[in-house]
Amino acid sequence: MQFRNIGLSVALAALTLAGSAIQTVAVAQQKVQFFPSLTGRTGPVAPNATPFANGYWDYMKLVNARGGINGVMTLVEECETAYATDRGVECYERLKGRHGGATVIHPLSTGITFALTEKVAADKISLITSGYGRSDSADGGVFKWNFPLIGHYWVAGDAVLRHIANLEGGWGKLKGKKIGIGYHDSPFGRELLPIVEERAKRHGFTPLMLPIPAPGVEQKSIWLRVRQERPDYVILQTWGIMTPTAIREALAVGYPASKLIGTWWSGAEPDLKDLGPAARGYNAVMMQHGSSRDSDVVKEILAQVHAKGQGTGPREEVGDVLYMRGVVGAMLSVEGVFRAQERFGKGKVMTGEQARWGYENLDIGRGRLGQIGFTGIVSPIKTSCDDHMGSAFARIHTWDGSRFNWSSDWIESDMSIINPMVKASADRYASEKKLARRPASDCNN
Amino acid sequence: MIYRENGQFKTNYRDDKQIFPIAQDRWFVIGFILLAFTVAPYVFDDYVLKAILVPFLILSLAAIGVNILVGYCGQISLGSGAFMAVGAYLAYNAFVRIDGMPLIAAILIGGVFATVVGVVFGIPSLRVKGLYLAVATLAAQFFCDWAFARIKWFTNDSTSGSVAVGGLEVLGWSINTPTDKYLFCLGFLVVFGLLAKNLVRGAIGRQWMAIRDMDVAAAVIGIRPVYAKLSAFAVSSFIVGVAGGLWGFIHLGAWEPLAFSIDRSFQLLFIVIIGGMGSILGSIFGAAFIVILPIFLNQFLPFVGGLVGVSVSTAMVSHAEFMVFGALIVWFLIVEPHGLARLWGIAKQKLRLWPFPH
Repeated sequence: MQFRNIGLSVALAALTLAGSAIQTVAVAQQKVQFFPSLTGRTGPVAPNATPFANGYWDYMKLVNARGGINGVMTLVEECETAYATDRGVECYERLKGRHGGATVIHPLSTGITFALTEKVAADKISLITSGYGRSDSADGGVFKWNFPLIGHYWVAGDAVLRHIANLEGGWGKLKGKKIGIGYHDSPFGRELLPIVEERAKRHGFTPLMLPIPAPGVEQKSIWLRVRQERPDYVILQTWGIMTPTAIREALAVGYPASKLIGTWWSGAEPDLKDLGPAARGYNAVMMQHGSSRDSDVVKEILAQVHAKGQGTGPREEVGDVLYMRGVVGAMLSVEGVFRAQERFGKGKVMTGEQARWGYENLDIGRGRLGQIGFTGIVSPIKTSCDDHMGSAFARIHTWDGSRFNWSSDWIESDMSIINPMVKASADRYASEKKLARRPASDCNN
Repeated sequence: MIYRENGQFKTNYRDDKQIFPIAQDRWFVIGFILLAFTVAPYVFDDYVLKAILVPFLILSLAAIGVNILVGYCGQISLGSGAFMAVGAYLAYNAFVRIDGMPLIAAILIGGVFATVVGVVFGIPSLRVKGLYLAVATLAAQFFCDWAFARIKWFTNDSTSGSVAVGGLEVLGWSINTPTDKYLFCLGFLVVFGLLAKNLVRGAIGRQWMAIRDMDVAAAVIGIRPVYAKLSAFAVSSFIVGVAGGLWGFIHLGAWEPLAFSIDRSFQLLFIVIIGGMGSILGSIFGAAFIVILPIFLNQFLPFVGGLVGVSVSTAMVSHAEFMVFGALIVWFLIVEPHGLARLWGIAKQKLRLWPFPH
């Protein structure tokens, strides 16, 4: 009885406090540009999503150390999704109105991207999905609020296949080859398939579909199939703990690591460091950047953020692949606001709608990249009303047992194949949702 | 003192058989529902309406469905996520493929197909019981996960397996704002809650409960187990299917088979166990506990941390949320194994004697 009474009073006290907790959202006094961060610091993707979140926040701190966006300070608030779509939607709803309104959202999950695509247009907040999300959202004519800046899955798939073609000595040599596709059995994984099927049709290789159920700790049956069928290459479109498990299982059935090629979510240090030298030769296609420990921006983050004890994550991971992806994501978010301020007033806080104009009219040339320390990390980016991707370059890096090294030159995807696919898919989406394409007059506001 | 039924005389059977025979109860519930419809949309902001109350209402509805099967008829099912998926995907197909299909009709069609699937997967219940049946219903879960991920027809040939709906409208009322969504879901919950309550009070509900308590005895007194069990599966999966349609159409807007994974089935079963087996009200309490508490903890813990001057990292909050939530489940089940609905009942008993207990 006593026990119960204590419990009930604790619960009651908690409830009363909670009421005030929800009300006391810190009211920011100074001018801030709010960048919400949906994180995956727990759950099956934690090893990979944590560096992303740390990089994102660290770069925002660096921007503040540099004096903000023409004086407007950046503010980051995190919300944990654990890669679950329903929690992601809740986080989005929670953060979108805080601190004067969200500037842009990086969902870092294709499932959450699909769910938010329906919501951001109504809330007038852009969605940046660099390297993930809907590939067809590169078509700005239909997807006004989505920005798969600097690459999407079809670009990744095309780059991987082009790399394989280069190894074999040309597209013509792929005829009769068998290429396995180990993919996360979710929209994330399946988004890769259209480009593979398209290329398979053109060049006559046989794709071997290997769906891996999430979270991916149990993959024995898939790799037994690989052992039976002996594909010439296996492409991995995996994420989180699925990737190291896949590589380990591949090695266990005697499949050489050098024939495994990851897409850009399946080739980072957390995936390979436990395997170490055993996985020597493992390749992954990188969306523009890779691990960039020697770059200017990393040195600056170490000097301005970590040296002052304000680093978000461990110092050792600064400059790793996924950390850099967070940094690049933050850079794109901030550059869009810089661009928007050029039009709507320098030193002002941009609304989500104004920032969207910035993302649609990004023009980050080599000069600007050098200025902010991204030389050699990404190629120049130029977006437009029709093209929400900006640029599509990739490189392959290879694991040498302790770190990644570049093993290919820049690979440019064949946009003459990808663009019609993007357009066709976007049109289908528009007709399903009964949407009209944006008229040309909509492009300048 | 306030809560007494003294002087409320029932002079005919009709009065005696009301859902809420005590006037205070009746007025409280009617008042509460009225408040939910009229005042709540103004009191709560968009975040609470859209991100907390809408999923809470939809899962309450699903839990009512599961409760009919598990709590009233005693057939443990782990296929509820699958029935939600059937409801959502078939409603989507009805909505997209047939021009001019009204929204409510599409959702109900989803429910009808969920009924069919539910009855088919309920057939093993005629032979196997208890935990064995739970394992048999798992088949429904895995089958549906497979079907919606692999059979392109269900997703209208979407390459990623993710589907989206838009332009939701009921008789000229377009459902866009959080308030619209909240009211729409609340309407469904009230209508189906009332239907379910009346079903379980009626002859068919008594049959279910007889089967639950002892199926041999029930058969001896003339209840057909086949009919009773399959009707429970049918009603339950219909309601769960409708909830699935709402979850996809109203809450998510775009979804993938993962939204109705095995985790969803477990979640619904936990809602029923925590809320109270064999209680419509318990389903709602359970949904509140399972849906709202984690989100509440997630925001409350950093606040507590702030009070004592500790800044809690995002990951830590998430871990603490799981620990506190788990501890609370254990605590509730120890204190009241019959669920939150039973706690509510005890509270009412106490209130009856208040302020002069014996």
